[in-house]
Amino acid sequence: MKKKNIYLEIFSCFSKIGAFTIGGGYAMIPIIENEVVEKRKWIAKDDFMEVLAISQSAPGLLAVNISIFLGYRLKGIKGSLVATSGSILPSFLIILAIAMLFRDYASYPAINAIFKGIRPVVVALIAVPAVNMIKSYNLSPVKIVIAVLVLAMISFAKIPATYILFTAAIISISCTIYKCRTENRAKK
Amino acid sequence: MIYLQLFYTFFIIGIFTFGGGYAMLSLIQNEVVVKHQWIDPQGFTDIIAISQMTPGPIGINSATYLGYTVTGNVFGSIVASTAVMLPSFLIILTICLMMEKFRKSRWFHNLMIDIRPIVVGMIGAAAAVLMNGENFIDATSWILFGAAFIAGKFYKVSPIITIIAGGLAGFLIYY
Repeated sequence: MKKKNIYLEIFSCFSKIGAFTIGGGYAMIPIIENEVVEKRKWIAKDDFMEVLAISQSAPGLLAVNISIFLGYRLKGIKGSLVATSGSILPSFLIILAIAMLFRDYASYPAINAIFKGIRPVVVALIAVPAVNMIKSYNLSPVKIVIAVLVLAMISFAKIPATYILFTAAIISISCTIYKCRTENRAKK
Repeated sequence: MIYLQLFYTFFIIGIFTFGGGYAMLSLIQNEVVVKHQWIDPQGFTDIIAISQMTPGPIGINSATYLGYTVTGNVFGSIVASTAVMLPSFLIILTICLMMEKFRKSRWFHNLMIDIRPIVVGMIGAAAAVLMNGENFIDATSWILFGAAFIAGKFYKVSPIITIIAGGLAGFLIYY
């Protein structure tokens, strides 16, 4: 039997993952794990957990980060390009088709009525993970207060979230540097 | 030049997305609804609904959708989707190359923990901003919101089922 092209295999594997995960990046994790660790044995379970942890903490979309990372592990930069295009292509085509059609159908009274029902539901779907993350991140009361303040700053004071993130990052990094310094001094 | 603006906007969104697609929503909202006014608040909520019902990450879906709506052209979709992923590419590849250093670096580890409450606040803000007169037109809207929240929080009903139920309710009530 002829050996299958590895790039083709990476592409088909990730496009399958992309086509069947509805509900965002977190829904993708078990499917990716099943395909990449169990079925194809491209990466060991421990290594997969490490890829996952780093993909979660780096900026960007989880599913995209995992595809880039795993693709790189398999076949370098070319591999990461192939994996990422594979994982986003199905949704890209589907969304494009909807965007093209939705414009014409949006004015239909029936469609309009359906979306009147859908809109408040969508808001609830965003509120649920926010509440759930308080628990999964194990936020202390002080941190919950910070989260509420951030919410108020963005939604009421209209401060762009990027400014808040940037400021928080500077404070966090300076605190680490300060701590390291005092510890070094204590050692001496 | 609309394509350049689109590219720049989504590139910035890509850099500042921590904590997944939901956290990205308030960034996208601020850029496309408030700043550039490429789409109205209702239209933005519809995009989120469509993104949640279709496969793929929500950040890519909204970039693809908005890219098309703003330019009326497939090329707009490609520009926005590529731009939103590009920072991830650069950052992840850098991490791959400096793996050992990053794993041990204390400031990176601390940063990722310190940023968590901000991410939660950002997702909460995405929901709060959408609680406006365009999306909540009457008391029924609030009942639908409450029902969907309870279904998701306590019964772990999948988002797709919830959206389909919301659409059905909308059809029966408003049509």
